[in-house]
Amino acid sequence: MNNAVAQQDVNAEVARSLAAIAFIASDNEMTQEPVAKEPKRQDPLTPPELVALVHEIAERRCKESFQELFGFFAPRVKAYLMRLGSDMHQAEELVQEAMIMVWRKAASFDPAQAAVSTWVFTIARNKRIDAIRREKRPEIDLEDPALVPQPEALADGIVEQQQHARRLKEAISRLSAEQAKLIKMAYFADKAHGAIAEETGLPLGTVKSRLRLALGHLRKELKEESL
Amino acid sequence: MTSASPHGHGGAMRALPANHVTDELLAAYAAGTLSEAESLIVATHSALCPLCRDAIAAFEAVGANLLDEIEPEELSAGSLESVMAKLDDAADLPDNVVRHPSSKTAAAAAAEGFVLPEPLRSYVGGDLNDVVWRPVIRGLEEAELSVSGPEFNVRLIRVAAGAAMPQHSHYGSEYTLLLTGAYQDSSGRFARGDFQMADSDVDHQPTAEPGEPCVCLIVTDAPIKLTGPVGRLLNPFIRY
Repeated sequence: MNNAVAQQDVNAEVARSLAAIAFIASDNEMTQEPVAKEPKRQDPLTPPELVALVHEIAERRCKESFQELFGFFAPRVKAYLMRLGSDMHQAEELVQEAMIMVWRKAASFDPAQAAVSTWVFTIARNKRIDAIRREKRPEIDLEDPALVPQPEALADGIVEQQQHARRLKEAISRLSAEQAKLIKMAYFADKAHGAIAEETGLPLGTVKSRLRLALGHLRKELKEESL
Repeated sequence: MTSASPHGHGGAMRALPANHVTDELLAAYAAGTLSEAESLIVATHSALCPLCRDAIAAFEAVGANLLDEIEPEELSAGSLESVMAKLDDAADLPDNVVRHPSSKTAAAAAAEGFVLPEPLRSYVGGDLNDVVWRPVIRGLEEAELSVSGPEFNVRLIRVAAGAAMPQHSHYGSEYTLLLTGAYQDSSGRFARGDFQMADSDVDHQPTAEPGEPCVCLIVTDAPIKLTGPVGRLLNPFIRY
């Protein structure tokens, strides 16, 4: 690894930290400066609407539906990538690739497995790992014959999946401000817990145990009602 | 392709692992912030553990919720047009999704035998029989796996049935995923699919149960520290 690359890494690291801090600072109330262009549609698309759009794309290669999906997700995915340290240019490029992936893979989307937003999140996440880290990305292969399958009784349907998504949203909204902040850092800062500790001024052990508590809380919330 | 063949022979009887990956690691895997080495062991455990797959799905949904709430970042002018222009090319291309298409059909036939699940199998370049072992000490062999990132050492170890590992502690973290056989240490018994995390607080001597060699995937971020009376003398010679 040469010096220029090393320097880039340092810059990326700094940008990441700043982005994370800015994000956390801007966390509470939305102090939105009025956006100049593109009057965004006011009501966000509901989960079933999103599923319908993806089906339109899968079955009819419907470009209007894709355009609507793009309008909804692309700006969010771009913001997500920038929080994680991508510059404008790179974020833009990755958003475009991710959205093309959405178009291509629409037929493989299964609403019984996940919400559309979760599916898009994983596509964007993977694009980022592939592009930025340039590492191999070890992935669970659901078709692998050596995979231990889910016991029949636990298998979910579409309705269950939607109930899960709703419960999860509620559970997230019930997190304390501090728990929510730690979770955001874990997802949007690409940092070891040590770095999070430094930034929040909390001892490492505290960061770890609070994060663990918050995650455990979310998980329990889902488990209790689904079993 | 469904119920009859692939998981037929005793498949339903396969026990689920009892010792799981922690929520922090599962969430970091879902967030895409784990290193390649950690991702490998988390994903391989999860291939053997539907519960952890469920948890990953839940933590991916947490990420999606954060995406919902994020303040959108406006795209550059012409972004949509540029993507729209590429859709038709894209539609003609074969779907270049990452999944290994071969593992569905060809492998389904050979399925009975696979000991190593994906993604580990790809890293080994084959199944357990294809591993080239290197002897370390009596009763212990290892095979290093190539994973990017200098900070982790990733390897398979094979402990002979009934053999004890040297008593050791750790300078850093040690993640263990058990793949065949079983072992016991002061904290309990570990069998196929079980995940164990140890650090400098843990001083243990895993001992393989008789019957079958015990194969584990091990990820460490620092050397281990031999703490037994003989082992201490060997410390200068060990690399992990």
